[in-house]
Amino acid sequence: MLNDSILTLITFVPTAGAIVVTLLPRKGRVIPAFTLLVTLVTFILSLHLPAHFDYARHGFQFEVNRPWIASPAIRYHLGVDGLSLWLVLLTTFLGPIGVLVSWRAIEHRTKEFYFLFLLQQTAMIGVFVALDVFLYYGFWELSLVPMALLIAMFGRDRGPRAALKFFIYTFLPSALFLVAILWLYAKTGTFDFVQLQSKLAAGGFAPEALWWVSLAFLVAFAVKVPVFPLHGWLGDVIEEAPTAMAMVVAGKLGLYSIFRFNLGLFPAQARELAPLMIALAVIGLLYGAMIALAQKDMRRLVAYAILSNLSFCTLGIFCFALTGLNGAVFQTINEGLSGSALLVLIAFLYERYGSFDMTHYGGLAAKLPMLATLWIVTTLALVGLPLFNGFIGEFLVLSGSFAVHPGWVAAATVGVILSATYMLTMAQRIFYGEPSSLVGSRPPFDLGLREQLTLWPMAILMFAMGVASPYWIKAIDSEMTALASQPSEMNGASRSIVVQGYDASDHGSVQPAASGVKP
Amino acid sequence: MNQALFILPEIVLTVGGIAVMLADAMMPKAASRKSLGWLAVLFALAALAASLWQYRLTPGTAYFGVVQVDAFSVFFHVIIAGIVLAALLITLDAVSDSTEALGELYALILFGAIGMMLMSSAVELLLVFVALEISSISTYIMAGFRRRTGKSPESALKYFLLGSFATSFFLYGIALVFGATGTTRIDAIAAAIGGAHDPALLYAGIAMIVIGLGFKVSAAPFHVWTPDVYEGAPSPVVALMSTGPKVAAFAVLLRIAYGAFPLLHAHWVPILWWLAVISMTVGNLGALRQRNVKRLLAYSSIAHAGYLLVAFTALSQEGIAAASFYAVAYAAMNVGIFAVVSHAGGYDDRLTLIDDYRGLAWRSPLLGGAMGFFLISLIGIPFTGGFFGKFYVFAAAIHSGMIGLAIIGLINSGIAAFYYLRVATAVFSRPAEASPVMAVPQASMPLLLALFLTVAATLILGIAPGGILSGARAAAATLPALSGPAAVAPASEAAQR
Repeated sequence: MLNDSILTLITFVPTAGAIVVTLLPRKGRVIPAFTLLVTLVTFILSLHLPAHFDYARHGFQFEVNRPWIASPAIRYHLGVDGLSLWLVLLTTFLGPIGVLVSWRAIEHRTKEFYFLFLLQQTAMIGVFVALDVFLYYGFWELSLVPMALLIAMFGRDRGPRAALKFFIYTFLPSALFLVAILWLYAKTGTFDFVQLQSKLAAGGFAPEALWWVSLAFLVAFAVKVPVFPLHGWLGDVIEEAPTAMAMVVAGKLGLYSIFRFNLGLFPAQARELAPLMIALAVIGLLYGAMIALAQKDMRRLVAYAILSNLSFCTLGIFCFALTGLNGAVFQTINEGLSGSALLVLIAFLYERYGSFDMTHYGGLAAKLPMLATLWIVTTLALVGLPLFNGFIGEFLVLSGSFAVHPGWVAAATVGVILSATYMLTMAQRIFYGEPSSLVGSRPPFDLGLREQLTLWPMAILMFAMGVASPYWIKAIDSEMTALASQPSEMNGASRSIVVQGYDASDHGSVQPAASGVKP
Repeated sequence: MNQALFILPEIVLTVGGIAVMLADAMMPKAASRKSLGWLAVLFALAALAASLWQYRLTPGTAYFGVVQVDAFSVFFHVIIAGIVLAALLITLDAVSDSTEALGELYALILFGAIGMMLMSSAVELLLVFVALEISSISTYIMAGFRRRTGKSPESALKYFLLGSFATSFFLYGIALVFGATGTTRIDAIAAAIGGAHDPALLYAGIAMIVIGLGFKVSAAPFHVWTPDVYEGAPSPVVALMSTGPKVAAFAVLLRIAYGAFPLLHAHWVPILWWLAVISMTVGNLGALRQRNVKRLLAYSSIAHAGYLLVAFTALSQEGIAAASFYAVAYAAMNVGIFAVVSHAGGYDDRLTLIDDYRGLAWRSPLLGGAMGFFLISLIGIPFTGGFFGKFYVFAAAIHSGMIGLAIIGLINSGIAAFYYLRVATAVFSRPAEASPVMAVPQASMPLLLALFLTVAATLILGIAPGGILSGARAAAATLPALSGPAAVAPASEAAQR
């Protein structure tokens, strides 16, 4: 019984909460407290998914599939598989953390803030669970609106400009994305993902048209990730957005969609586009890392670090090796987790000292030992120290992809070294050396209870994902096996050029994915 | 059967208009005219109920076959009744009691509605013309209602001159078609075209009719009047005239194109294709340059007329249904946004520029939120009527193979996001410290009702469009579809390839 309705509950409990928020009084901390409750309930509900997930089975689970609109044939179809399972969990996990980090940061217009915050939760969860392309597109576009409004209303001074930029960047490609969806519907008569997948796999479509359609999908997703030349919005948004939004704006939505649609629906076309995407990924990786190296502003640095880390995921995807795909999914989750932790830490530091310039800091380790500890933990997780989650993701991506594209992957490794450099430099500047005049001028307040509650769950999870990775990988692996092996089952429309890549990985490093990388 | 039932909503409105005028004349000069507004609202509600009741009539014609009641005309009757209801509420809210001749304004709104309703049920071109004039003349007067200001009479005069020019085009077109086919009845024209006819006269007639109606729906290149008229006319009047007469004119265009000239579609589809492309492009590019909110919304309405025309070119049942659905969605969100503009800006247009709306959401969360919501719908974000309308229109176009047109249209809707967002950004920015405090009047009961109606309609159209979709599809089924795709299930089409 619960299995049928659980996804609907997880998706729409935040919406129900948002409606209640509009009715609550604006007194004290009633609204944030209630929002915290709603997000916690959502998170607890979402724990039902891994508990009852059948890890041995490939395909969608907890499905709901009801007619919504008769014609055009639109269905209310939800479901999760090994790919979306952990992304849903990540989203619900970051919900309460987003509330806690906004607890003091948002003092005015709390009703509007938490209303939009909860709507954003629904939109993001909806993107991961929707299996009807129309419904998916609905959540995808909806996720733009609360985000843009929150950045505009609650961001820093240049918030409205950043919000506008973000909206335009992501909305324009979505228009062509919609044309592609409608074309698919006109040709197949369905919006249902599963049916689309089998109809497209059966072949019989003009390859040129499919190529354009898949490109329209890919561009819309690549902007949202963002992939290298389309990242113009990222810096401004990370800099201006309220922390709770900066945490979730990049990465997982776009990367998930590339997995789901470009690999799931258009495997042959995705392989044709792979050389381009690999090149863009490596360029983005190095470009992001090098710019991050030159930043003094912490948020700018994080923005480019995020670009660099996400390019790493893109690289893992488009090498089409099973290990690399597993690593890319894992790394997507890592980025959501560790990147958020770093943004939260920066926000807490800013609340204390009012500066984002790392050169203003120094010698904080002795004054704020708890903050320093958690910062270092996060830094180490992000640079890929063994025992933490980042190592698993990076190792899987690099080892899986190396067999396919040794040249590109060798270049990517340079990016890993650079990331260690800028992350450690930042930590060193802020926490070690002589205390700066700014640090000396204010009494030290180490992390309070609320702040510890925000950060420790993330730190513990980073460690848990590092030492017990098979628990996470086992669900991901069954889905990725299907994606990695798809073109061989394809008939008809295969104009595939890069299929050799898949073959090479098949002989190389498929087996150890699930169990071999436990440090 | 009693023929009067076929024009029941029109009769209700006529009685209502006369009652309001009489009551106005009998009231003391200084007395508040609010009660007249509520009286008009009551009659609009009755007309809405009468329109809905008409669904129970057996479809057929009355009065020597000039008025036809079928799913198509009833569908548009209901939309128009809804628009008029909302427009009356907006007028009640925004127009201050001291305004001159306020009673007449309420009566004129009701009289205009009679024309709009008749337009959608007339199947005799001469009656269409008369109905068009009824609707136009009342809007001409209403546009000039603020006679003490400079802009309003200018707006009315411009609207009147260009409008009567366009109606004469329409009338001349009817004459030419009559010359070619010997009839002015829509079904008889279709039958006559099947036989022998004079193509030169006929094509000229069709062109004239398209020009006349193109003006009424403000499709580019017949749009030049729109921004000036919207800017000068009182905002509550713009709420009505940017939706009601347009929806009715679209109904006429659908009826004539599909009812009278189905056999000549090869000739008029290219014309409408270009009208759609030019309207979308001119509307959106024009709006980008505007700093005045009402002018911006005027250009946006030109663009929306373009989206609606896209559905015409699909030539299928789906296309007609999509056009009808889009008309509802457009009406709901456009009336809604003008409800906000009317209230915030007031009858005397206190707020004109985009910058004047800065911080609206912070001063009045209700108005700001509603404005944001309607802007989101106009942009075409999912779960709103604006999105589903656009989705349905472009789905029909792509289904009929109009992929180029769909790409042009959706790129246009991407461009449109720019200027809607400029307004939204202003509304949601924190108000500047230095700027003079903008007084937003307290929300009144009629405003709350109007906002509730339009927000609910926009949301229902986006989330649960099933009922209205089947209404639109039933409306479409009364007109003949011209090409195969809709009849053939998409899946089987794919299988054939």
